[in-house]
Amino acid sequence: MAKWIDVCSVDDLQPDSGVCALFEGEQVAIFWMPEADVKVYAVGNYDPFGKANVLSRGIIGDIGGQPVVSSPLYKQHYNLQTGVCLEDESVKIPVYAIRIENGSVQLDLSSLSHHQEPAL
Amino acid sequence: MSEKQTLVVIGNGMVGQHFLANLVDSPLKEQYEIITFCEEPRAAYDRVHLSSFFTGTTAQELSLVEDGFFERHGITLHLGDKAASIDRTAKTVTSAKGVSIAYDKLVLATGSYPFVPPVPGHDRPQCLVYRTIEDLEAMAAAAKTGKVGTVVGGGLLGLEAAKALMDLGLKTHVVEFAPRLMAVQLDDAGGEMLRRKIENLGVTVHTGKNTSIITDGEHCVNKMCFADGEELETDIVLFSAGIRPRDELARTCGLEVGQRGGIVIDNQCRTSDPSIYAIGECALWNGMIYGLVAPGYTMARTVVADLKGGYANFTGADMSTKLKLMGVDVASIGDAHAKTQGAMVYSYQNGDSEVYKRLVVSEDKKFLLGAVLVGDASGYGTLLQYCLNYIELPENPDALILPHRSDESVGLGPDALSASAQICSCFDVTKGAICSAIENGCMTMGELKAETKAATGCGGCSALLKSVLDSELSKQGFAVNTDICEHFAYTRQDLFNLVRVEEIKTFADLLHTHGKGLGCEICKPAVGNILASQWNEHILETDHLGLQDTNDTYLANMQKDGTYSVVPRITGGEISPDMLIALGQVGKKYKLYTKITGGQRVDLFGARVDQLPHIWKELIDAGFESGHAYGKSLRTVKSCVGSTWCRYGVDDSVGLAIELENRYKGLRSPHKIKFAVSGCTRECAEAQSKDVGIIATENGWNLYVCGNGGMKPRHADLFATGLDKPTLIKTIDRFLSFYVRTADRLQRTSVWMENMEGGLDYLKSVIVDDKLGLCEQLEQQMQYVIDTYQCEWKTAIEDEAKLKRFRHFINSDQPDDNIVFVEERGQIRPADSDERKHFKLMEIA
Ligand SMILES: Cc1cc2nc3c(=O)[nH]c(=O)nc-3n(C[C@H](O)[C@H](O)[C@H](O)COP(=O)(O)OP(=O)(O)OC[C@H]3O[C@@H](n4cnc5c(N)ncnc54)[C@H](O)[C@@H]3O)c2cc1C
Ligand code: SF4
Ligand code: SF4
Repeated sequence: MAKWIDVCSVDDLQPDSGVCALFEGEQVAIFWMPEADVKVYAVGNYDPFGKANVLSRGIIGDIGGQPVVSSPLYKQHYNLQTGVCLEDESVKIPVYAIRIENGSVQLDLSSLSHHQEPAL
Repeated sequence: MSEKQTLVVIGNGMVGQHFLANLVDSPLKEQYEIITFCEEPRAAYDRVHLSSFFTGTTAQELSLVEDGFFERHGITLHLGDKAASIDRTAKTVTSAKGVSIAYDKLVLATGSYPFVPPVPGHDRPQCLVYRTIEDLEAMAAAAKTGKVGTVVGGGLLGLEAAKALMDLGLKTHVVEFAPRLMAVQLDDAGGEMLRRKIENLGVTVHTGKNTSIITDGEHCVNKMCFADGEELETDIVLFSAGIRPRDELARTCGLEVGQRGGIVIDNQCRTSDPSIYAIGECALWNGMIYGLVAPGYTMARTVVADLKGGYANFTGADMSTKLKLMGVDVASIGDAHAKTQGAMVYSYQNGDSEVYKRLVVSEDKKFLLGAVLVGDASGYGTLLQYCLNYIELPENPDALILPHRSDESVGLGPDALSASAQICSCFDVTKGAICSAIENGCMTMGELKAETKAATGCGGCSALLKSVLDSELSKQGFAVNTDICEHFAYTRQDLFNLVRVEEIKTFADLLHTHGKGLGCEICKPAVGNILASQWNEHILETDHLGLQDTNDTYLANMQKDGTYSVVPRITGGEISPDMLIALGQVGKKYKLYTKITGGQRVDLFGARVDQLPHIWKELIDAGFESGHAYGKSLRTVKSCVGSTWCRYGVDDSVGLAIELENRYKGLRSPHKIKFAVSGCTRECAEAQSKDVGIIATENGWNLYVCGNGGMKPRHADLFATGLDKPTLIKTIDRFLSFYVRTADRLQRTSVWMENMEGGLDYLKSVIVDDKLGLCEQLEQQMQYVIDTYQCEWKTAIEDEAKLKRFRHFINSDQPDDNIVFVEERGQIRPADSDERKHFKLMEIA
């Protein structure tokens, strides 16, 4: 069952860019594309290759139709819907259910994955 | 097992070394014990580029010998030891130091010496020659006290030597016996045009002069008296009156020599003694001495083939040459003097732009026999191909030298050449060899040059090489896709033009009108960069923010742990003690790791996102501004202390560096740009390894472009000499604007220029001669960027909206707990993964 929790306001988001929110102790990268069909995405902020909390600072866009963020450290791409790394499908970052409701940005507590570090 | 035979090479000059390199590359290496005598104090170096010694190239850099070459191949090198005699009956060579060696095969590669006419006084003080590094050192020493220098001889080498005298800051004269300059290569009209060009550069040319005596001068060290009664006072007299083969050893051991010198060789380069070969400038083939390096190289390869028992013939060599003499293009091809029976001549002369061209064609107008080009040698590659490969001429051969006003193309397409056509004459690389290198995977000019050596000698063939590469790649079905990414079917240059012409101001507009999808990390920063170059709006404006690369978004350089480093601008590397203290205080307060960069500034590491605005507030209050170390933009203008402090300084390099850095700071470009300014030719600022390098000389500033350090270092090319400051700045304005407009994304100036059809010459024609009529626009564009400069950090910290992003969490003030530092050598550094595990354990416990 979805349990929606407010994390910030839409005004805190950056158009076509990312921010990082603290959500129940986890770092979540939130991306906002006001012009696109799907407008918000939430994935883990931790970059398993760079081993640093930086994904919210990556550039977003699409590759072959998949919405992606590219790591600011070593440029791997992660699918924003599935979390799968395009360069190495065995690596996956957590994804979270997210929505915008009356001007506030909400994450679904039940999608909280106690994410494990992928073995590299 | 058979005993190894002994092979002795006398002379380790350019040709001797080329011979050794080819020898050890072959199975012969196993058959011979190899010994070489080198009279000079250093092993082989590049004599062809000797003059670059005066513009900062070191003896080390001129060396033609790879590190450890002799040791690795087991070659015994007798350095600084001259072979003194050969005993052909006993088959031994004895050296000046008394080393005696029995040989089975002997190769003479003794080169030549400069001819000094026996005029009385030729051996007076400061009467010098131009052949070895020691000669150049003597010139430099003499130039320190002298003011006037005179070259005797107006041939190729003489003019090159004159250039060197000018670079040394001397008033320069050239005295030539013949009625014109470069009498061997040029006809009268060509010689006259060259003379005018060279005199415009400030060299005084005296033709038809016969020196009768050199004696004490009144104002200078020497005085030259001519047969016609005139006199010339000069400090240095530099003889460059031709070369003579060094055949003394051959003569005394009874080998056949020519009437006017030179060791006689046959088509296998054998002398009159079958166990002795001669190669290079000491050898006389068919009555000819070749004073160029390429024929010598061919002789060297011929001997290697002959020793292998293969069949090889030296059958003469092409003496065509193209070179740049004091910035003037001069080329001569084949039968320039129309000596062939029935030859017809076409010539074109433009007094205004000082261009002279002449074609010599066969009686039936079908084939090109020779050509002379002065002032514009851009047609050299094409003409040489016509001449060397007997390609039939177009119906009106004069079209090849007339300026083409319409867009008709007269160049030879690469497909017109046969596989055996020689593309690179320095290293004898055929089109066939190039094509097979491409088939085997060479995809770029760089790879092709490394693989085949083509275009790595004089570089005259690089434009042709590029067109062969492009044509072959597209034939192999590599539709050379130049689209920037899947979102735009355009090159960076196309996008730049769209933005400029359609006055597009945002990525969203460009994507809607000319692209598809959402964009990606390739096109977004590239377009962000173009928009910044063209309109110069703040890169953190809402419209542009999402386009920026990591570093740009936070106006700082992200490091491996997600923290940032901060680099304030320190123009020209000049900083007062107070500013240095202020910088230190900021570093100390925020516990940053500090390091001096290669670009003469200070890098402060380990700042968290949320600390950046605070750090910058303090830096700006102390008088610093953004250093743009995070951007694809002008980084630094490095400088030496120059004439203000340095004993040798010729001009104020620091002052110029500061002025240039302030002028171009903030300019966004396809890749980072680095400058340096040196106060004299000693080049302490390493300007020749920069995109833009400037060196002070007595005659003004010399400008070098398109160098870089980094992964693939490249020496910058000399672009213009003796500039005053306004001209220098105008030239750099144009150069940078043109680069910003036309380069690919992430293409440094070096690669940009190397991939440009026509290369450096083309670039000069655009920037200096304004061939495309663009220069006014280019200057205006630069002026716009300069006028709209802002310190990006100052604007950012004054704007609440922009600062909102400078915190790790949007909904919490906590810092990132993954950032962990440990101490090393008294400063912080990021913890490694083992250390981190340890911290985690401690946290849990
Ligand atoms: C300033 C300058 C610019 C030039 N520019 C060009 C150019 O643009 N294009 C071009 O094609 N060519 C150019 N040349 C000519 C080119 O350098 C020569 O063709 C080339 O160096 C010839 O090579 P080599 O090995 O025959 O002679 P060298 O390079 O002179 O080598 C001969 C070596 O043998 C040594 N030697 C002689 N006798 C003995 C002995 N008895 N024992 C031991 N060692 C001995 C000499 O000291 C010397 O080191 C230029 C030359 C000069 C000086
Ligand atoms: S380059 Fe600069 S520091 Fe070096 S010697 Fe010349 S003026 Fe002096
Ligand atoms: S040389 Fe390599 S390790 Fe050193 S700063 Fe440059 S990229 Fe980093």
